[in-house]
Amino acid sequence: MTHLLYLLYLLLYIFIIYGDPMHIMEGFLPAIWCIVWFAISIPVIALGIYKLNKLVKEKREILPLLAVAGAFIFVLSSLKMPSVTGSCSHPTGTGIGAIMFGPAITAVLSTIVLIYQALFLAHGGLTTLGANVFSMGIVGPVVSYLIYKAGMKAKLNFYLIVFLAATFGDWATYIVTSTELALAFPAGNVLSVAGFFSSFSKFVAIFAITQVPLAIIEGAVSALLFKYVIEVKSDILVEMHVLEDSVVRKIRGLSA
Amino acid sequence: MSRKLELIVLAILLIFVAQFIYVSSTTNAEYGGADDKPEGVIEEITGGTYKPIAEPIWEPPSGEIESLLFALQAAIGAGVIGYFFGYYRAKKNYENKLGYKGKSKPEGDRHSL
Repeated sequence: MTHLLYLLYLLLYIFIIYGDPMHIMEGFLPAIWCIVWFAISIPVIALGIYKLNKLVKEKREILPLLAVAGAFIFVLSSLKMPSVTGSCSHPTGTGIGAIMFGPAITAVLSTIVLIYQALFLAHGGLTTLGANVFSMGIVGPVVSYLIYKAGMKAKLNFYLIVFLAATFGDWATYIVTSTELALAFPAGNVLSVAGFFSSFSKFVAIFAITQVPLAIIEGAVSALLFKYVIEVKSDILVEMHVLEDSVVRKIRGLSA
Repeated sequence: MSRKLELIVLAILLIFVAQFIYVSSTTNAEYGGADDKPEGVIEEITGGTYKPIAEPIWEPPSGEIESLLFALQAAIGAGVIGYFFGYYRAKKNYENKLGYKGKSKPEGDRHSL
């Protein structure tokens, strides 16, 4: 049984390898910015590894849920979908992980995804890894997590909260990517406020509009997945303090 | 049980499909990947002076191989999700039938999909 769980743990890592929203391509950030983003991302990844080890040690029964959250990223990010702008992009799938396991652990999962993709799919890159981890693995999940917590506090409809968290997490990832590119490539080649915003608007135009419909789809599908997790395995979520028992009862009461 | 959420998600998906049918039939949109576009913008901003500081180590040799990898990815992910949902559902079903009561199980847990 222990071996089986270890296998699942390993598989999970393989299953999430393609969680790919939009990455900055290999070589397309000047060295100084590569270093800056690595310096910011590495401490968060370290915290995530610490938390992941602790969680798995304390509660082995969460592994299947971790696998489902990972597999969700896997499926969603493989779907390159056509958008209103006439170009394609794909969802991130990190919202579920952020809600269930928090941003730090999601950062670890995203890092593994990004390394694998850089090596085998020529998506993203090793030099731009720090920047890509920051946008996809840190800011996106943090936004999802904060929206989830705020929504639960405000006692909004539960599925609406999951929808908003996943949608805005996805969108935030693309805004951050655009910011990173604009900082590295400001108009006029010198970093100034005007130069930054001029470049930022160009990069945002590529991603933000394309991503709006996809972010909405991601939010909707994430809410649906969450519904099914609650139906079959709500006790783990309660144990992990993702949900209060009273909330589960309420959702059940409403949907029964 | 209520299927309200499913209906809402279905409606969102239908709107998305309608959008695609409309845009693709009224324009010559190429539906290329958004991931490759920043390259052009960087070239425009820097006047073509920026040289990438590194190259990808390996690239899928063709679009077909890339589709293969993506299809494989979706299949594996869907398989894992299906496996665990099936596992939990059957487990719950049999536990209820055989009258087991887990220790930490909240009441009213014998809800099936």
